[in-house]
Amino acid sequence: MHYESPVRNPLILGDKSYSDITNDIAKPVESKAPRAWWIAFSIAFVMFLWGVGNILYTIGTGIGVWGLNKTVDWAWDITNFVWWVGIGHAGTLISAVLLLFRQKWRMAINRSAEAMTIFSVIQAGLFPLIHMGRIWMAYWVMPIPNQFGSLWVNFNSPLLWDVFAISTYLTVSTVFWYVGLIPDFAMIRDRAINPVQKHIYKLLSFGWGGKAKHWQRFEEVSLVLAGLATPLVLSVHTIVSFDFATSVIPGWHTTIFPPYFVAGAIFSGFAMVQTLLLIVRKIFKMEDYINIEHIEMMNIVIMVTGSIVGVAYITELFVAWYSGVEYEQYAFLNRATGPYWWAYWSMMTCNVFSPQFMWSKKLRTNLVFTFVISIVVNIGMWFERFVIIVTSIHRDYLPSSWSMFSPTFVDIGIYIGTIGFFFVLFLLYARTFPVIAQAELKTILKSSGENFKKHHDEHGAH
Amino acid sequence: MGHTKHNPIVRALFNDDDIVLSAVKDLRANGFHVSEVYSPFPIHGLDEAMGLKRTRLSTAAFFYGLTGLFFASWLTYYTMIMDWPQNIGGKPNSMWFLNMPSFVPVMFELTVFFAAHLMCWSYFAVNGLYPGAKAQNPDPRTTDDHFLMEVELEGDEDALNKKLKDLGALEISKIEA
Repeated sequence: MHYESPVRNPLILGDKSYSDITNDIAKPVESKAPRAWWIAFSIAFVMFLWGVGNILYTIGTGIGVWGLNKTVDWAWDITNFVWWVGIGHAGTLISAVLLLFRQKWRMAINRSAEAMTIFSVIQAGLFPLIHMGRIWMAYWVMPIPNQFGSLWVNFNSPLLWDVFAISTYLTVSTVFWYVGLIPDFAMIRDRAINPVQKHIYKLLSFGWGGKAKHWQRFEEVSLVLAGLATPLVLSVHTIVSFDFATSVIPGWHTTIFPPYFVAGAIFSGFAMVQTLLLIVRKIFKMEDYINIEHIEMMNIVIMVTGSIVGVAYITELFVAWYSGVEYEQYAFLNRATGPYWWAYWSMMTCNVFSPQFMWSKKLRTNLVFTFVISIVVNIGMWFERFVIIVTSIHRDYLPSSWSMFSPTFVDIGIYIGTIGFFFVLFLLYARTFPVIAQAELKTILKSSGENFKKHHDEHGAH
Repeated sequence: MGHTKHNPIVRALFNDDDIVLSAVKDLRANGFHVSEVYSPFPIHGLDEAMGLKRTRLSTAAFFYGLTGLFFASWLTYYTMIMDWPQNIGGKPNSMWFLNMPSFVPVMFELTVFFAAHLMCWSYFAVNGLYPGAKAQNPDPRTTDDHFLMEVELEGDEDALNKKLKDLGALEISKIEA
């Protein structure tokens, strides 16, 4: 009954028992932080503080402190927003879509990927809030009775759809994550010796006891949440792309945007998962659980989605030419050969060219190479958003108003600050939460554990 | 659930999921009532073996989602058509149905929002899960690598104990109801 084809590689390496899984996953929570963690945390915290300072300066003075001008009135803020939302998508993809497809390799990585989703959507959400200028009016985006002004919010606007999409996405991802975390918190609670720690995990675990009926409901709820999260994650980046696609700006007004943005989101998100997990598995010695098999699978996803993104770029160029609209044609010609050619070709190199190396099995199973590519892809995806946004508007219909965008230190500072904030959250998570869904992982030990598979191969299935 | 008479309970501890599953099947076939199994992870087929009914949470989620859809339809109708209709990009605002394509994203998001959140609250409520609740498992080893079975004692205690031992129980204890 626990048989799995020998063709499939084991997902849990070494001679593990259920108890070994418990010990290995509880270890980072119960032991002192390694020195590398403190170094990383200090750097991230300084970056975070620098970002807080720049955000306060922006709110106190106004968004005039950014590099925006009359022509380029939307730049790094929306670039960073889309970039962070996109990164978030891989987490939901791993936990929801791969659950529906019954991919067992998701179990070692879904917890951290979902954590990444939540933390990156928090960073994304900061940008529209800051850009409001008067952040204390942020509640005006909610459909509240109109004594605050005389109008309701506009439900025809993609910017309002974004409010609903992002807030639904953030909250639903959080409950999805938390429902899965409860049994693992209970595991830590039941073995905690320190009374303070025991009390905290008692609070967090909601009293979970692993009753048969509760597990039955747990599995049903996970399945339904996966079924809800799958169209949700596709809708979120679709709606983000509507922010541009429903406008009439040449270069933005394209019907290809929703699928192209979703593919790009998965692409950048998987790259970020690779970056994070390569570090986590090393620092917390999780190599037996997050092994070459997992990394290879993710590299294949990066390769496929990178190629989809490449096809989308080329389709855009073709459609611009084929449409016969000279403004549309100029928008794309200007992207590739205008003053921002370097951004366009960085994007092309990082996003279309670099993932093609993953066709080689040797390269996609090489950890150092994977790490480098994962960083390159995230740089490329940042440039993609920058190229779409800034190059489409910096040369509008009136040549006298053509201009360039250069970021101020505040633009850069806020961006760096969100990277710091993201890592502050992720590093705190990695020290206090079970980074692998150990309860789920135990269900596949007998079918995908190296020792059990070896036993099957030697003695045949029973 | 649903048992009004209070029989003493015999608890048996196991260390393997396959052994627990076959033990539950064996006990049920021999007329014993397995009232609970605490396990560190979901055991496939255990709910059927124990004779548990299918959970209705997914049906509930469907109706929660429907509630969200109706709420979004009402909200967009009330704000955009009834209370303060405006000309926005020339979109028709005389009838909700004609303006509806613009509202699809919000209707979808609220459907998901209601379905997911209300289902999770229901899940916490029916399982009795809340922050700071007392641990429901009587033995802390059942979140690590042990499995605890509770069997209602009706009749011969020694026979049940022997049966459990034969089925692979490591420890057996009796709890008076």
